[in-house]
Amino acid sequence: MLLSVIGHYSLVLGLCVGLVIIFFSIKNFQISEYLDVKIVSFTFLQLILVFLSFLCLILSFVFSDFSNETVFNNSHTTKPLFYKISGTWGNHEGSLLLWLLVLTLFIFLFLIKTKNQPIKYKILTLSFQQIIIIGFFVFLIQTSNPFNYIYPTPEEGLGLNPILQDPALAIHPPILYLGYVGSSIIFSSALAATCLNIISKKWASHIKKWVLISWVFLTLGIMLGSIWAYYELGWGGFWFWDPVENVSLMPWLALTTLLHCILVLEKKQVLTSWVIILSISTFTLSMCGTFLVRSGILNSVHTFANDPGRGLFILVFLFSLVLISLFVFFFFHKSNHNELNNFSWVSKETSIIINNWFMMYFLSVVLIGTVYPIFLDVLSSEKISVGPPFYHKLIVPFLIPFLLAMAIGPKLKWVKSNLNDKFSMILLLIISVLISFFILKIFEANFLINTILISSATYLFFITSRDFFIKKFNNISQNIAHFGFSLLILSILFNSLFSSEIITNLKVGETFEDSNTKIFFKSIKQKEEKNFKSIIANFNIKNSKGITENLSPELRIYNQPNIVTSEADIKTSMISDKFIVINIVQNQDYFNVRYQVKPFMLWIWLSVLLISFGGLLSLFKKKYEQ
Amino acid sequence: MNNKILKITTITIFIIIFIVFYKALQDTNIYTPKKKSNNEIPLFSAQLFNSNKQISSTELFKLDKFYLLNIWSSWCVPCRTEHSLLMDLTKNNEIEIIGLNYKDKKRNAENFLNELGNPYKKIIFDKEGINAIEWGAFGVPESFLINNGIVIKKYIGPLNKELVEEIKLLIK
Amino acid sequence: MKILKLFFIIFFIISSSNLEANMDDMKIKITKNLRCLICQGQSVYDSDSEFANSMKVLVDKKLNEGLSENQIYDYFKEKYGEWILYDPTLNKNTYILWLLPILIFLIGGAIVAKNFKLKG
Repeated sequence: MLLSVIGHYSLVLGLCVGLVIIFFSIKNFQISEYLDVKIVSFTFLQLILVFLSFLCLILSFVFSDFSNETVFNNSHTTKPLFYKISGTWGNHEGSLLLWLLVLTLFIFLFLIKTKNQPIKYKILTLSFQQIIIIGFFVFLIQTSNPFNYIYPTPEEGLGLNPILQDPALAIHPPILYLGYVGSSIIFSSALAATCLNIISKKWASHIKKWVLISWVFLTLGIMLGSIWAYYELGWGGFWFWDPVENVSLMPWLALTTLLHCILVLEKKQVLTSWVIILSISTFTLSMCGTFLVRSGILNSVHTFANDPGRGLFILVFLFSLVLISLFVFFFFHKSNHNELNNFSWVSKETSIIINNWFMMYFLSVVLIGTVYPIFLDVLSSEKISVGPPFYHKLIVPFLIPFLLAMAIGPKLKWVKSNLNDKFSMILLLIISVLISFFILKIFEANFLINTILISSATYLFFITSRDFFIKKFNNISQNIAHFGFSLLILSILFNSLFSSEIITNLKVGETFEDSNTKIFFKSIKQKEEKNFKSIIANFNIKNSKGITENLSPELRIYNQPNIVTSEADIKTSMISDKFIVINIVQNQDYFNVRYQVKPFMLWIWLSVLLISFGGLLSLFKKKYEQ
Repeated sequence: MNNKILKITTITIFIIIFIVFYKALQDTNIYTPKKKSNNEIPLFSAQLFNSNKQISSTELFKLDKFYLLNIWSSWCVPCRTEHSLLMDLTKNNEIEIIGLNYKDKKRNAENFLNELGNPYKKIIFDKEGINAIEWGAFGVPESFLINNGIVIKKYIGPLNKELVEEIKLLIK
Repeated sequence: MKILKLFFIIFFIISSSNLEANMDDMKIKITKNLRCLICQGQSVYDSDSEFANSMKVLVDKKLNEGLSENQIYDYFKEKYGEWILYDPTLNKNTYILWLLPILIFLIGGAIVAKNFKLKG
């Protein structure tokens, strides 16, 4: 009805405004003494129109306007308000509208916040961004209109998958998109800067805050997705190397590498080619991810509706963007061949280059692992799976030198360095090795490689901790981020080494007992909730120290759509999480019970927060210094 | 010179990637696991539903006629819809229907057959579901058309009228 | 230098004493490597679907029959194709999969090294 009409025509209007912006930009480009106010106003208008459209969609969901096809497909009158709202972006059409919102928002902010840069640069960035925006407008209106009208108006909607009704998942898309789509600005501005040949220290300083913003959001977004997987999906894992997970990790890897290169570029005129290529790649990988997830090419836990028609559009759009960027890069970029010869082996520049080298390797592993099955299927009709063992085998060994480089690199000076505190560095290395050796020996875990891996992570941990005291506030953001990273690796390692699981079948009143744990299935009760029927089981679990904990996993039987979900009960503490989940066994009167003890889970989330905090600090430090 | 080759290579690589993705879009995404080896029926021994005795695969399929192995269970909703078609097929003397009762409770299975009829000459009782895996099945219902110890055709999902017509043609 | 060598030798001896994995660990390892075919991206170990549970029973049975890890994988590959394994085996289809990243790593290393060749 009215909301759909306003929403739809705002989009059409927004598209027209985009064309108008391009028109005026071309004109302004020629007389570039000042930025035409009209351009800024039109950019703002475009933002308002998209926002209006988005608002209309939200309201359609809130008021359960089932004459709107998207609302009909994805909502239900009994859904709680919070999830009605988050249902707006929990579907293909709505999420694309969110993409558009972030695209238009960021370019507007870019225009008004960028000072001290050439006018031509701002206009060109805007133009490149408009190409992306217009592409998305067309994609939305043509193939994925969130405001399709259905008649007669259905009484009730088809409901949203209950697994998606979760707080973490509700905010995961907006945060993730701020990261993904934020990298569009980096893309456009890098292309613009290449055309005008202004890739320099000054430009690096300017673009750094955009890189940081995008990076922080992307890191948090990925973390939220993992948290959701851990709490909701019921198997106690947080990363499965699922194609959709990989697809969010790839831009993050490129973006992190870009961040490091920008840090170098801020000081010296080097690595310019890297910066341009990484800027292009980050956004390209984001778009590529969108393509893979929405086109039906991949099999995964969270693919959106399979629609090859949409896939084709994105594919063509994506490759046009790639071709344009390649053209710009090849044609306009004049690389300075003397760049890299000015510093010695032992210097900060070298360690950043080594960082690039390893990160690109990790990126290629994830990319190849994700995309290879598609290629193989097309070229030879063979289907294979590429899962966690592949990624572990190829990534873990390389993490070791990587962690060591992370420890040593920041200590080196620019251009040339004589490692001053060699003695203490080596001492710390030996201590790390001994500690990890003893940890593994005490807990009887095996594998040589784990020892070395833990040693390197511990080493990084010690070095960065020590730097807090020695260096105090110099480079604190880098220190926090690297410290966070070492903590992350250590938490993940200890978590995977020392997790334990008990899987058993129990009836009410039965007990499972082994040398460490006693699980007593105390009781069961049923409840009727607003949109599901709930079965809550109560367990008493006694550990080897004699401490008993009470855990209550739940089974939910939803009516719309007809699904049974398993809600784990997780008791979190600083040391470990206790995780329990039950499942119905077809045709039997007992339940399948899975009890896991997972050490250091909380530390995994905290360390990612620390890493993001490091980035955030860097952002505000800049503002403070200005 | 070096630079030019690099540029051309890069662009070519991207064009190839584009073409591969384009072709990938054309395929459907429903995967039917291909049986890699020749299509011989698996060798196994299983428990009979009625008598708890063991029977071997050679025993089950020894006659020189067509067999339809049908995997079913009482808790499987699509099995109900295809069941009448199976009853219909029993009228055909060329084919013998063997049932594989998948992860079921005997009482429920018996009730199911009492209610909808029993088209099966013999029924294998696959309590754990491992016999089904021997056949490379992964769900219910699935059916296998067999003759001379070879699987002629595999049907994933419930049978419908068209497929049953196809079976009737194949067994002539 | 000698101390370092001794260190490593002791290391190896102690860590290799734990090399024999027990049956439970093997079962976990195998089921984590098998794909649950009716789930969207879960291993047999993680999944509780009917198919996954049957697979777990069968893996148990095969282990008790004395089959090795690879023999069990071969058995399932024969029934369902390569798709059921998460760890792609190295065969003519997957050489590129495994070797391309390594190749990229080496090329990267070569580029890094080349850039320093001119400097002594």
